[in-house]
Amino acid sequence: MSDTIEKVSIIVSKGSLEGIYPGLIMANGARMEGIEANVFFTFFGLDAINKAKHDHVKVATVGNPGLHLATWAGGVPGISALVTRQLAGEMERLDIPPIPEFVEMISDSGAGLYACKASVDLFKLEKDDFIPQVQDIITVGEFYGLAGGGQIIFT
Amino acid sequence: MTTVTLAGIPVEVDAEGFLVHEEQWNEQIAQEIARENGIDELTDRHWQVINFMRNTFLETGSAPSIRSLGKTSGVPIKELYELFPKGPAKLAAKIGGIPKPRGCI
Repeated sequence: MSDTIEKVSIIVSKGSLEGIYPGLIMANGARMEGIEANVFFTFFGLDAINKAKHDHVKVATVGNPGLHLATWAGGVPGISALVTRQLAGEMERLDIPPIPEFVEMISDSGAGLYACKASVDLFKLEKDDFIPQVQDIITVGEFYGLAGGGQIIFT
Repeated sequence: MTTVTLAGIPVEVDAEGFLVHEEQWNEQIAQEIARENGIDELTDRHWQVINFMRNTFLETGSAPSIRSLGKTSGVPIKELYELFPKGPAKLAAKIGGIPKPRGCI
């Protein structure tokens, strides 16, 4: 077996800002290295490709010990938006694009974007709810088919 | 660090084949690095990207991110990947004789 990675399939399963970015950075980084990449969005991860929601993804301020914020403070109205705005500013400074632009960039780089059929059915969504870059709504089985010969990364 | 001969000139390269001294670079060397990396012919569009990478590096001390490469080089992301299928930022830096970009984006 070769010791270089030639292909990755990345699963984005969470809908918070900190849940979505790692998978996107991994996908973009793979393409930057010339590695073939597919991204499969499932459950709340679908928000990253949902036209109505992808521009409104927020940092989870409740139940997120990494923020070192008192539990009660995390629930104060507006805190999530505030923390998200601060983080978005920092990201812009580092040239990390906002989610809609980032997803488009990843698609333009030649990575395939797919939505999970079970989640799409569960949330009563349709192909039209997603950005046009989404190639297809696929089953888990089809995902495994696409992922063949590469590594799978779950985020 | 090893010394290799590119376009008839001995140059120092790192383990991944990036030039160690950008001032040793010239256009013939660029052509040869490109050929070694699967690009047989450098077109004007390739040169637009390579020159943008190189000039940005020489002006600012660091190579541009893929995002700003797509936004400001005049070559959109899709085309960047068509021109440099094995990674536009990495390959354009290598051909342009500057160090490998260290950014994650």
